Amino acid sequence: MWQYEKKLQYPVNIKNPNPKLAKVIITQLGGPDGELAASLRYLNQRFAMPYAEVKGLLTDIGTEELAHVEMISAILYQLTKGLSIEEIKASGFDEYFVDHTTGIYPVAASGEPFTAAYFQSKGDIITDLHENMAAEQKARTTYDNILRLADDPDVRDPIRFLRQREIVHYQRFGEGNRTDSNILTSYH
Amino acid sequence: MNEKRKLLNKIRQYDFTLKELNLYLDTHPNCPRALAMFRKYKQLRMNAVNEYVSRYGPLMPEQNNDADHWDWIDDPWPWERS
Repeated sequence: MWQYEKKLQYPVNIKNPNPKLAKVIITQLGGPDGELAASLRYLNQRFAMPYAEVKGLLTDIGTEELAHVEMISAILYQLTKGLSIEEIKASGFDEYFVDHTTGIYPVAASGEPFTAAYFQSKGDIITDLHENMAAEQKARTTYDNILRLADDPDVRDPIRFLRQREIVHYQRFGEGNRTDSNILTSYH
Repeated sequence: MNEKRKLLNKIRQYDFTLKELNLYLDTHPNCPRALAMFRKYKQLRMNAVNEYVSRYGPLMPEQNNDADHWDWIDDPWPWERS
């Protein structure tokens, strides 16, 4: 089960709306290397894991990713709050607005709706841990690209926090992979 | 920065420390230094949360402490600019 705490993992306080930037950052909600895919990837994979260390990692990182989904959604909410129709048209946000108004809906930056095809759960510890290490690096690259596109320090600050978490998760999955390789080799 | 936000940030810092130690302990479950740090920060977090809840309201529904009002739903929610 899960319990909700009424706070963000890291604060998001954006003073200036920017719908154009929201159109890009939404990819970390509903895109191929986004936080929603990350959370579902780990929380589904854990049932096939034979070792306690890795069951723990997938549960705890999968749970942290839910907090990241909330942070990205808070960024999108604040970037699109109080817009005029002129701002919506001029920024190109009208393509999203026509279907969702300013509701939060998981899509990639290209507009493709979220799909479970973005992640795997292969039932094989080696395969899944390698998928996860690659996924963390792909998300890190996406955050690097967002940092190339975003000037606003109010946006960059929480994005830099999220980027850093990808690196820590990569590190921990690497350790999980080493643990399982050591156990598997000891059988030979 | 107001007192409420300062205290919430302190809780976030303790939570961050505990989360980092939690993930580290998942792959180093017998590290005595990490286990000791986890115990220390758990206590610091508990004190800060108790102070926050008594002054500003619940972070979780069961922390409601107003007999006449369900303060869990009071604005602002986390995604709202504070």
